[in-house]
Amino acid sequence: MHGTKILEEADRLMTVCNSCRYCEGLCAVFPAMEMRRAFSDGDLNYLANLCHACGACYVDCQFSPPHEFDVNVPKTFAIVRAESYAAYAWPRAFSGLFARNGVAISVVAALSVAAFVFGFAAAIDRQVLFGIHTGPGAFYALMPHKAMVGLFGAAFLYAIVALVMSMRVFWRDIGEPIALRTDLASLRQAIKDASRVRYLDGGGVGCFNEDDKPTDRRKIFHHFAFYGFLLCFAATCVATLYHYLLAREAPYPWWDLPVVLGTLGGFGLLVGPIGLLAARFRRDPVLVDQASTGMDTAFTLMLFLTGISGLALLLWRETAAMGALLALHLGFVFALFITLPYGKFVHGLYRFLALVRYARERQAMAQFAAPE
Amino acid sequence: MRMVDFDRKYDVLVIGGGNAALCAAISARRAGASVLVLEGAPKFYRGGNTRHTRNMRCAHDAATDILTGPYPEEEFWEDLLRVTDGQTDEELARLMIRESKDILNWIVEQGVRWQPSLGGTLSLGRTNSFFLGGGRAMLNALYLTAEALGVEILYDAEVEKLDIADGMFVSASLKHNSQHLTARAATLIAAAGGFEANFEWLKEYWGEAANNFLIRGTPYNRGSILKMLLDKGVQAVGDPTQCHAVAIDARAPKFDGGIITRLDCVVFGIVVNKNAQRFYDEGEDIWPKRYAIWGRLVAGQPGQIAYIIFDKSVLTSFMPSLFPPIQADTVPELAGKLELDPATLQKTVAEFNAAVRPGTFDHTILDDCRTDGITPPKSHWARRIETPPYYAYPVRPGITFTYLGTRVNKQARMLMQDGKPSANMFAAGEIMAGNVLGKGYAAGIGMTIGSVFGRIAGREAAKHARN
Repeated sequence: MHGTKILEEADRLMTVCNSCRYCEGLCAVFPAMEMRRAFSDGDLNYLANLCHACGACYVDCQFSPPHEFDVNVPKTFAIVRAESYAAYAWPRAFSGLFARNGVAISVVAALSVAAFVFGFAAAIDRQVLFGIHTGPGAFYALMPHKAMVGLFGAAFLYAIVALVMSMRVFWRDIGEPIALRTDLASLRQAIKDASRVRYLDGGGVGCFNEDDKPTDRRKIFHHFAFYGFLLCFAATCVATLYHYLLAREAPYPWWDLPVVLGTLGGFGLLVGPIGLLAARFRRDPVLVDQASTGMDTAFTLMLFLTGISGLALLLWRETAAMGALLALHLGFVFALFITLPYGKFVHGLYRFLALVRYARERQAMAQFAAPE
Repeated sequence: MRMVDFDRKYDVLVIGGGNAALCAAISARRAGASVLVLEGAPKFYRGGNTRHTRNMRCAHDAATDILTGPYPEEEFWEDLLRVTDGQTDEELARLMIRESKDILNWIVEQGVRWQPSLGGTLSLGRTNSFFLGGGRAMLNALYLTAEALGVEILYDAEVEKLDIADGMFVSASLKHNSQHLTARAATLIAAAGGFEANFEWLKEYWGEAANNFLIRGTPYNRGSILKMLLDKGVQAVGDPTQCHAVAIDARAPKFDGGIITRLDCVVFGIVVNKNAQRFYDEGEDIWPKRYAIWGRLVAGQPGQIAYIIFDKSVLTSFMPSLFPPIQADTVPELAGKLELDPATLQKTVAEFNAAVRPGTFDHTILDDCRTDGITPPKSHWARRIETPPYYAYPVRPGITFTYLGTRVNKQARMLMQDGKPSANMFAAGEIMAGNVLGKGYAAGIGMTIGSVFGRIAGREAAKHARN
């Protein structure tokens, strides 16, 4: 019937859940499930990516293990999600990167950092590398601006293309027409739901992690990581505008917008990933797809390393360590970019698209629902 | 979790671990009593049949966020009178209905969350409040609250003997991890459910037929506490031979199949027994009445099994359930798969089809689709079974709860056989439901009985213990 064993299991669970429906108030997954009586591969991938892994349905389920019906939706969907990430990877040849994602990303990160360190060491005179540079254009003494823009622009562009292609495959797989019609209401709803991580709240009390006491901790740390990432991205954008529009070159003083945004973002990238990683390791193993530990941690760790190397660069940018720290930071950022399409980062995009689809389905249902 | 101290004497001992037990424990603890809860099941199975519930019926004078309109006390009373055919203690029933109004708020203060009625149960949107996440979510919330308040809870605590002298509770002997222990307390609240999972007991009334029953809820409802209390002179209430039974999928597990094995598609087809013969009017009445009679009807058939037969035209007209229907391209082939006599089933279906009169089908009302000239008739919703493929669900009686219980007064205090109230023994939940619900069933009323009498029992026991 289904492409894989785990999809068979997901189908079995959705059949159980659809005959019960007690969980329908907890999140988006169960109302979406109720709109169907049978589940295609695409439906299951959609539901799995709609699941935020809050764990509430497991804790609330009268049929979860050790019950013989063995209903474990969070874990099953975690495995389905992980397999779907690999299936949607673009180009397909790289889907193997998801199999041992922790190793893959570590290797890429190490190579990237090494390339920058050795690249700097080889290309730059020792005096310059370990010299003290201050004032506008200080970074470019080590790496010409054009080279930096060329390299990172290419990496960024590649990531964008690969991600967009993957998203297209997902969108098609879950049965939506490939041309995303401008459906502003659904888009707005999905942005609202995603920005609040609405469905990580167990239906209101918080999500479940190491025991049966719900908390909002994971959600808060996710906010730190997510908004930290966005702030850092915003810092880069503002700096780019400064450079080209105002002809003001980095580094900027500590009170200037790019630095303020970057510092706040960097702080988020320290606190968020630490909290998320701690929660990940304390999480009740019954809820976790053990095979995805590498993937779950690698991207989070990359965010942390990007954040901490950025902050270190800020702190010591006026010392002789600047050259080495710049190489380190650029190494991590470069690795982060090129691995974005091949790691946990994609969860946000698929989940967002699933939320868009959910909002569209809700709309359609509301239109057809008979007035009572 | 803190260790239970068996050297001390608790103010209140609660036996049981479901809605009634937890409401009693919380209520007693909030009234200042020290409370020990003995739950016979392991932690996962804690809570008895509450795990499988999902809503509670409470009176209310106005619509709320989750209830679509008022449900006055008088209407609740009339509903109760109707489903029980008057087999109810009016004083207790009216007390319960009055108290149910405040339970809507009180239970929320104990951490339980409501949601609007679930998909497929919109007919209950005005009268019943649904637990967000279902019955186990409700239990989880009550347990977290009880623990936070300092109620002590022991799982796998099987009470083997109650020491009761002249209607006065002294202590309970229990087995826990093969250790034999004694729990002493100033008062006892029995909230340990009925005996529906005790096949030996069921056989006393149903004979060998009981072997073919399926138990919809926990295997831990063996009625041992009920039996001990009745043996020690507590007055019984409710018909011991009766239990609430619905027709559920025959492929369901022996215990604990819960909600997902229920089938509510009788109206969409015909029901035959193992002789491939129809035996009752499938179109007699609307949900929930028909829901509640088919278990008993199937129990009366040979082998306690029956088959709901329908065709492709109605396949998606009802809620999906756990097991897919058995499917075949022809009626005789379907009979073969069900191990029924093909010729007889074909004849039964043909006779039924021939008797169907034209009408306008509407499963939400008693429509005019009926049969003419066959016995038994199908008085409503009768449509020909003629569009292949053909489908069947095998069904057996699924026992939900039993009616036999301990008689109580308005303080939830047990009454002894001589009519006098026990000095220090109280009861709440299914173990005393027969006081209010002598017969029949109304959705969500078991939870109302549990919460209302649990709360009263806890309060009264605490008062007694502290005096």
